[in-house]
Amino acid sequence: MSYVAIKGGGQAIAGAAAVSEYLRTEEGLGNTGAEPLAIDAILHQLRHLVDRVVSEGGVYYPRFAALAIKQSMGDTLEAAFALRAWRSTRPRLSETPPLDTSRMRLIRRISAAFKDIPGGQMLGPTPDYALRLLRLELMDESPDAFRAVARNWLEKCPEAELPDTFPKVLDALRAEGLLPPVSATRGQTAFDITREPLVFPVPRSAQLATMARAETGSLLAIAYSNMRGYGDVHPTVAELRVGYLPVMLPHPVTGELVEAGEVLITECEVVAMYEADEAGGKPVFTIGYGACFGHNEVKAISMAILDRALQKGMKDGANNPSEDPEFVLLHVDGVDSMGFASHYKMPHYVTFQSDLDRLRTTQQKSGEPA
Amino acid sequence: MNAMSHNQAGNAYNFGFLDEYAKKEVRRAILKAIAIPGYQVPYASREMPMGRGFGTGGLQLTLSLIGPNEVVKVIDQGSDDSVNAVNLRRFIEMTCPGVSTTTATAECTLIQSRHRIPELPLTARQILVLQVPYPDPLVVVEPSEDKRKTMHGEADYSRLLVKLYEDIVKFGEITISHRYPTRINGHYVIDPSPIPRWDVPKLNDSAALILFGAGREKKIYAVPPHTKAEPLAFSDVPFRVEDFRDEQGRRRACARCGCVDSFLDEFVTDSGSKTYQCSDSDWCDMQLRKARQTQGEPA
Repeated sequence: MSYVAIKGGGQAIAGAAAVSEYLRTEEGLGNTGAEPLAIDAILHQLRHLVDRVVSEGGVYYPRFAALAIKQSMGDTLEAAFALRAWRSTRPRLSETPPLDTSRMRLIRRISAAFKDIPGGQMLGPTPDYALRLLRLELMDESPDAFRAVARNWLEKCPEAELPDTFPKVLDALRAEGLLPPVSATRGQTAFDITREPLVFPVPRSAQLATMARAETGSLLAIAYSNMRGYGDVHPTVAELRVGYLPVMLPHPVTGELVEAGEVLITECEVVAMYEADEAGGKPVFTIGYGACFGHNEVKAISMAILDRALQKGMKDGANNPSEDPEFVLLHVDGVDSMGFASHYKMPHYVTFQSDLDRLRTTQQKSGEPA
Repeated sequence: MNAMSHNQAGNAYNFGFLDEYAKKEVRRAILKAIAIPGYQVPYASREMPMGRGFGTGGLQLTLSLIGPNEVVKVIDQGSDDSVNAVNLRRFIEMTCPGVSTTTATAECTLIQSRHRIPELPLTARQILVLQVPYPDPLVVVEPSEDKRKTMHGEADYSRLLVKLYEDIVKFGEITISHRYPTRINGHYVIDPSPIPRWDVPKLNDSAALILFGAGREKKIYAVPPHTKAEPLAFSDVPFRVEDFRDEQGRRRACARCGCVDSFLDEFVTDSGSKTYQCSDSDWCDMQLRKARQTQGEPA
């Protein structure tokens, strides 16, 4: 009699990998025109997928994010996971000082607080006011027409000298005394969530870092609970900016800061209802901050709202799930949550056997048929 | 799969996949866990290329402890050949060149296991690494980690005992089937990972070091060798392991090897009848070999 049920695992795994690979390449069956998805095509034409994966993967490596998207066939949880697992084997080589986001090379910048802001509002690439009608003409796009679009747009684009920096909306409010002064902890070394476990209570930098690489949908769901009524942040988006942030690193020899490259980020600052100053000073608005790799506006806004909610929870005690640091921070990581949800598919024969034993014994005791 | 394709891309990984800093951190946490039996040591758990919940915590312990002369055994549900055990073993073989693997419990120096402690008693030269989904037994009565930490410090397990008591009032039985809360060295109560109650007595005064790794929850804890491990119970309601007696009160035997003192898996065959087999596949093979050796010899 053979050993039942759990033989042949190695073959089964190899078979699963082979049939997945078949699905990835199935288009090529009898279709001589079929081509593998080019990394560059993913990088450009599925850019928001790449944005999401670099953000949740927690490492700014768009090319590998595109590769992860390709091999996972577009599953964002899997792609971010593969990128994160690669990242976790890399040593930490250096630390950047806090980077100045007023120096971002902006592609988009808006404020919901003021009609006009110093430096001007700039809508940039956004679907916010687009009509969500299916563009049926894209169903069968001609390659020539496709190539012409970007060229034509650039030709019509007026040459404009953009300033190197745009002032932050918050700076104006702060100058007016409507915001709390910059915290004394600013500039301190940030908590590195990849090198230290979260032992509660955790500093704000650990909270921000955890949310910055959180799974977008998880973060949105908890932030939305706060927006709808399980919380009372009532934010105003003081500024949302998207652009390329120069990354400054100390030169290995001179120690002088040099620009090592730039990363596309989304940054959101919300202003929320004011609080009384405990030291007896004037009441001021409160602030929430969100920032993440890539162009991910919903994520940055959700993060800013949750940052405010968590600061409130830390100060006054949590009245809602979104104000509880443990609740928020331990449930938004995509790699953790998708892994655990998936693990239920693994065999649980032994524990289920134990469960059967308990239920049968309990049924016997309660006089029911076992 | 992931690591393999990266390797083909010329991106070689370190021995044991993790970088040396990560291994050192895990080893420091292990030392602390051994020094404070049953205490959950937080550590910065790394992402591994397999799912959280599939043994990433156990794997980080294994990869940090593994040396060139190691003989490793990986089991899941008691079996060396279940899909997840195969997957983890393949990953260890791929990232730890020179290390040998075995299915024989008697021959290995390091065992990574999910949900079972082998039936064959372990020895002082062996380390058992158990994969842990929920490191904290108090989570059933208190969701906040911060509050649980204080409760552990004060050895305040009253709410857990009340839960056991309520079970007895409601059902006449303690209903905890696996992950049975166990007090270590007279202080910390641990979640011994989802091993059946059958395996809990093996924790007590074990000759081998037993380590617990929770990757997703980022905790490491230990039952050092020859340490007291007592499942929570009451003087008039003792702790009981799974009952494998049939309706007539006879101990069921493994349908394959005939063993009557091992943990059994029950399943329904194609013909609809119920069958029982050893959960520990190596143990089952050992019993079969023994039976064959004695066959033909005078009884």
